[in-house]
Amino acid sequence: MPHTARPLSPHLQVYRWQIQMVTSIVHRATGIALAVGSLLVVGALLALASGPESWACVTRHAGAWYGLVFLFGWTWALAYHLLNGVRHLVQDAGFGYAISQFVRNGWLVVFGSFILTAATWGVLAARGVFA
Amino acid sequence: MSTPNRLRSPLKRAIGLGSAKYGTQHFVVQRISAVALFFLVIYVVGLLVSLVGADYATARATVAHPCHAVLLCAFLVAMFWHAQLGLQVVIEDYVHAPGLALVVQMLVRFACVLAALAGLFAIVRIAAGASA
Repeated sequence: MPHTARPLSPHLQVYRWQIQMVTSIVHRATGIALAVGSLLVVGALLALASGPESWACVTRHAGAWYGLVFLFGWTWALAYHLLNGVRHLVQDAGFGYAISQFVRNGWLVVFGSFILTAATWGVLAARGVFA
Repeated sequence: MSTPNRLRSPLKRAIGLGSAKYGTQHFVVQRISAVALFFLVIYVVGLLVSLVGADYATARATVAHPCHAVLLCAFLVAMFWHAQLGLQVVIEDYVHAPGLALVVQMLVRFACVLAALAGLFAIVRIAAGASA
């Protein structure tokens, strides 16, 4: 960082919040969160490999109220990053760049992530995850 | 392309690869792993949902099945590769001290490779049927 008090170019704090920047920021944030979560996936696999006792520890924490809250948030982060990732691939192919389309598919991803999360947990509830 | 490119030979364009010397490799691999993860994530979430309420033996036997074991290995490799590429860009954008950035980039790579190897080791151990 500069040591002199030079004027800096405008950054996040000077802009009005809008869907275009929020989808981008949240994509990065969920990406970082999912990268951390991937370590837990490996932890669970190692627990499954090392025996029933360590696996019981995983399922006990995953099934506790804080585990379920955590998993719910994880599901949403994954759903969002998945859908917005598809949006990025579509944009990479050169589609959906007009401002109106960009805003619309941004909101589509946001609400799609809520629907996908709700649908996943609907199936989980039907399979007795809260029982 | 525009006029200047017509003055360059195809060879010049092929061996140039820009100032970083690896051209669009980062961009391309990030997208290839993204496409792979699109399918693998849907599969893994489906597998996890199907395992709700399963006991230890069932969970272990499921992961040990050759199809699941191979797909889970593919998932781990794609996931940690994709995570490393993504975190690399985040660090490039926000960590401005060159020394710190180098250290953090190396730590992220080490962590991703180690975690991927640990996960693969666990799956192989489960699939090979080694007891606890």
